[in-house]
Amino acid sequence: MKILVAMSGGVDSSTAAFLLKEQGHEVVGATLRLWHSADDKYRPGGCCSLDDIYDARRVCDFLGIKHYVLNRETEFRRDVVDAFVSEYLSGATPNPCIVCNEKIKFRMMLSDALALGFDTLATGHYARIERKDDCYQLVVGKDPAKDQSYVLYRLGQSELSHLLFPLGNYTKKEIRAMALQAQLPAAQKPESQEICFVETDYAAFLKSYLPDYDARVRPGPIVDPSGKIVGRHRGLALYTVGQRSGLGLTTPEPVYVIRIDVETNTLCIGPKAQVHAASGSVKYVVWIAGSPPSFPLRCTVKIRRLHQPAPATLTREHDNQVLVAFDVSQPAVTPGQSAVFYAGDIVIGGGIIV
Amino acid sequence: MKRVYLDHSATTPLRVESREAMMPLFGDIYGNPSSVHGFGQEAKKHLEDARELVAKCLNAARPEEIIFTGCGTEADNLAIKGIAFANREKGNHIITSQIEHHAVLNTCEYLAKNGFEVTYLPVNEGGRVRWEDVAAAIKPTTILITIMHANNEVGTIQPIEEIGTIAAAENKRRAALGSAVWLYVHTDAVQTAGKIPLDVRAMGVDLLSISGHKFYGPKGVGALYVKKGARIQPILHGGHHERNLRAGTENVAGIAGLAKALELAIMDMDHEQKRLGVLRDQLEAGIIQQVPSLKVNGDTAHRMASVTNISFAFIEGEGILLSLDLAGIAASTGSACASGSLEPSHVLKAMGVETTLAQGALRFSLGHQNTAEDIAYVLETVPPIIDRLRSMSPLYQKTVKS
Repeated sequence: MKILVAMSGGVDSSTAAFLLKEQGHEVVGATLRLWHSADDKYRPGGCCSLDDIYDARRVCDFLGIKHYVLNRETEFRRDVVDAFVSEYLSGATPNPCIVCNEKIKFRMMLSDALALGFDTLATGHYARIERKDDCYQLVVGKDPAKDQSYVLYRLGQSELSHLLFPLGNYTKKEIRAMALQAQLPAAQKPESQEICFVETDYAAFLKSYLPDYDARVRPGPIVDPSGKIVGRHRGLALYTVGQRSGLGLTTPEPVYVIRIDVETNTLCIGPKAQVHAASGSVKYVVWIAGSPPSFPLRCTVKIRRLHQPAPATLTREHDNQVLVAFDVSQPAVTPGQSAVFYAGDIVIGGGIIV
Repeated sequence: MKRVYLDHSATTPLRVESREAMMPLFGDIYGNPSSVHGFGQEAKKHLEDARELVAKCLNAARPEEIIFTGCGTEADNLAIKGIAFANREKGNHIITSQIEHHAVLNTCEYLAKNGFEVTYLPVNEGGRVRWEDVAAAIKPTTILITIMHANNEVGTIQPIEEIGTIAAAENKRRAALGSAVWLYVHTDAVQTAGKIPLDVRAMGVDLLSISGHKFYGPKGVGALYVKKGARIQPILHGGHHERNLRAGTENVAGIAGLAKALELAIMDMDHEQKRLGVLRDQLEAGIIQQVPSLKVNGDTAHRMASVTNISFAFIEGEGILLSLDLAGIAASTGSACASGSLEPSHVLKAMGVETTLAQGALRFSLGHQNTAEDIAYVLETVPPIIDRLRSMSPLYQKTVKS
């Protein structure tokens, strides 16, 4: 097969390219150029820095394959970064990697690959694609600690039919060992988990990115469950539901952000019990199979990257929106984060928490 | 897989004779040309032979008017900054064009940030500077006009001789008025050396840049013609090399290779440029015949024989470039120095080519090793690639439907 491999310069995608080359495929590497900070200062890590493009190129040199840089800076800024900023300003806590996967990596890059005459796009994600009858299923990776199916739930049949995740059947440990064995230049490179365009913390990013930051991110009251004002917040965009530290309050019992009210510019706090929610609405729902299942649906639901999927029942609210009712209430059901629905190891769909 | 190299404006393969001219200097002749002893003198002989040869090739009055540099960009920097800084108390105005190579544009931008005033002249839709605009832009404070000899992206040849005449008239006028401000003319001839006859005296230029690797010489060596008497200062400081204008031990081997390559390119010029013109026209006509919705960029009446720049509507040049590369064909979306940026070319923008067409631009630049067979291969490869890319372009789908 003619395969384009999305290369980040890290150990995972490098090993993916290595494996496919070993299997005898015609392999070409490509790295997305998505972002460069305004002042172009040295910035380690992230998944799309110039350093990473260099590293990816060196891995391709080592493997003896071609390497291209695909520039999608305009689309990335528009579809991912601007959306990220406006979500924060609306009081939500977005996951830009999921948007990037949906709109940039697996839409634009895949269509680039097909337009260039490749059959398939491969990435170094830890997840599996299995074909059952005429349907492609997205299945968790073999390594439970590394599984990345959560960030891939917005893929549909047309994408999955052209994708390959060569690492899905390996553990991270096995991949690292394989990379070392093959002496891949990226073998020792540390993991990066940060958001690629955020250098230190997202608050500093918002401040540098938004010309009218001071007008958009304004201090306001912090109120307790009784409605009493107990302090001042620094601007709602700087807080996340479930957050405990950084509130600048001294209280006898630990308090948490339980709600962000953009209309009144109010931050609502409360005791730990109030952070838990028994249910939540999920919008912009997509289904891997392409069409919704029959409701009510029993499944497990994962509400952030490191959350253990919890049993729940889904019911339809309206088109593309479902209500998730957990069997046991869950901590920090955070607006803007994704809720992903699983049937055992299989991803059935997901959406954005309202 | 068949491989066809059509990116000679980016760089050219080293010709055998140039390599042969360099070999002794990678071997027994290793002295420092500035040394007094015999080893140094042997090296110096090669250096000065090369200087004489280059001077002859450019019709310079004297060999000392040739200053060797590390590349074309350095030659441009030396010319522009060297003249600007040496004459700043006389005037601070520089005239250039919007379609210059970044070696000139960014140098002018740097000067603009350091107290100089820069006028960036527009071009007509064919990509040519109008000499009338040059004349109109001259002020009493103008010390330098720097306009390229031919554009690297579209190949259009600029009216340098006319500009030389205008500057000469201005200098005459200034002298009559008792002014001591000299107006210098620099041209970046990196794309034209070895392809179009260069005669610094007929062109009326004071400074002219060339680069070895664009005419089948080695990379890492360039030269600047500096007319005797020009008031210029160095940008690299150190020893007394190159008439105090370019410190640093000379790259003697590279310089010998550059001189040999230039000499041979000029000897071959008539025949070779005619041959390339025929191939280029076949390529262009063949593409026009087979592919709808395209535009040839640049004034074809004033264009280098080896270059064609074609905009394919509805698709991005980058996609065509990569698809061609996967088929073994090397082309370019513009300047190699601007690769990786999707900004539409500043040259096409200045020519008024609309953004979507500018993004679909592709440059083919032909050279020595290209044959009619190569062109036939390109002509059978390009149309299906354009078809496939267009079939997947949302812009194309929308336009076709409506």
